[in-house]
Amino acid sequence: MGINSGDTAWVLASSALVLLMTPGLAFFYGGMVRVKSVLNMLMMNFICLAIVGVLWVLYGYSLTFAPDAKGGLIGDLSNIGLKSTIDQVSTGYPDSAGNYPHAIPVLAFVMFQLMFAIITPALISGAIADRAKFWAWGLFVVLWATLVYFPVAHWVFAFDAVGPDGTTIVAHGGWIANKLGAYDFAGGTAVHINAGSAALALALVLGRRKGWPKERSRPHNVPFVLLGASLLWFGWFGFNAGSSLKADAIAANAFTTTMVATAAGVLGWLLVEQVRDGKPTTVGAASGAVAGLVAITPACAFVNGLGGIVVGIVAGVLCALAVGLKYRFGFDDSLDVVGVHLVGGLVGTLLVGFLATSTTGAGTRDGLLMGGGFDQLRRQAIAAGAVMAYSFVIAFVIGKLIAVTIGFRVSDEDEGAGVDTTEHAESGYELGAVTGVGSAYRPVPLSNEAVDA
Amino acid sequence: MRLVTAIVKPFKLDDVKHALETLGVHGLTVSEVQGFGRQKGHTEVYRGAEYTVDFVPKVRVEVLVDDHDAERVVDALITAARTGKIGDGKVWVTPVETLVRVRTGERGADAL
Repeated sequence: MGINSGDTAWVLASSALVLLMTPGLAFFYGGMVRVKSVLNMLMMNFICLAIVGVLWVLYGYSLTFAPDAKGGLIGDLSNIGLKSTIDQVSTGYPDSAGNYPHAIPVLAFVMFQLMFAIITPALISGAIADRAKFWAWGLFVVLWATLVYFPVAHWVFAFDAVGPDGTTIVAHGGWIANKLGAYDFAGGTAVHINAGSAALALALVLGRRKGWPKERSRPHNVPFVLLGASLLWFGWFGFNAGSSLKADAIAANAFTTTMVATAAGVLGWLLVEQVRDGKPTTVGAASGAVAGLVAITPACAFVNGLGGIVVGIVAGVLCALAVGLKYRFGFDDSLDVVGVHLVGGLVGTLLVGFLATSTTGAGTRDGLLMGGGFDQLRRQAIAAGAVMAYSFVIAFVIGKLIAVTIGFRVSDEDEGAGVDTTEHAESGYELGAVTGVGSAYRPVPLSNEAVDA
Repeated sequence: MRLVTAIVKPFKLDDVKHALETLGVHGLTVSEVQGFGRQKGHTEVYRGAEYTVDFVPKVRVEVLVDDHDAERVVDALITAARTGKIGDGKVWVTPVETLVRVRTGERGADAL
């Protein structure tokens, strides 16, 4: 079977775009924390590239995208260690003649989906800024990816493989994608509700930072926040338009809605700030962009450009209001993963049920406001609820297990000193000239060998 | 000898420096400081949460002068630093017991 070189090029390029989102997220988050924990924040994100990158090849891809093992819940082990993937093609759907015009190498699909598996646990890290033991977080990433992301991504992203006749199912996929029929084009449920719900669980497991909420920390580098949000916006075109897995009209529509929803998200968030606080802020603009991106993720291929504006503005307004919830309910979700990703993910996933239109070519059913009745909204709500509940419960259990065994939280003393120096023995910035002069450094032997005088 | 210390608005530093140079002052020391007086801090808002910043950034200028120059230096300083708005700062003068130039060991007015 021949591969489609245009589609393959687009999926490979999209993979690299999505990869860039994780360092982008690291700077988005890193700018929001205080000076003494910026490196830890960057590292909690960056380590996801390393950990999940390895897990994915070992067994992650297989659990997510190998043929269904049972009940649409998880993939089997037939692609363990990426067995049977080299030289194989990922077919997509057959045309009326029984050919597969959009076949791409399986490994292109493997790499594209890896980037999603990396950024989803990274998103969670914002909830536990300033106070987590680094390797406890690393262990959490291993367990949560294995027990939550891989199965949930199988539910949502693993579609039944169809034979050349267009109807015979040759390999089954996940229950949400195939049996329930919820529309989630790029991961409103599998990525954002999933990460946001786990973030709430971890914020509860680790507890509040010392002094919170009375003592609040200002973002230490607002330009980083906007830079990170901009990199996310750029990479998100790969995330959403790349999820078509084809260089086609559906990808172009997803690109369009991603652009316009993000723009509208910025305006929505700034509108709330202008009315409520009297000033539009840079952090607000960056946050509104991310809220719009999150919400358009499930919807990007199922709505048109105008629908994208609605999704973005609703997400921008609601997320701007939702970030205040943590003060009302008293959970220290430090960087608002719940307010932006859980709420934004729910907004986008549910709005598909209102605004989906079959005219985009990505789906066959219409939403409530497009004359399709409540049917699609019901499917969307079940998918959102299932992912939210599963992720919350398992993340809470994993978090608790880590907390009672190796400990998840640094000591009060270390938290006061800052996790950059206590967890990494580094500091992000050279502040003040006195510590910068050479004589302040003393070489220390790293082994038993003496240092030459 | 006298030590003239002034707390001024950061953007006035160039004017102050120029005025002192015109008077023939040979050197001064500048540091970035924070504090509050009648001009209180300000509030910043991030994601709807208010942060009160209690201290305002200022510049501290220190000038060593001969006794009879002190008044003229103070006058020049306040003229250069004044905007007429709250938060213009303060100037004070303290007596200096000993002054030594590190390089030569010269003492007193010779070290100025």
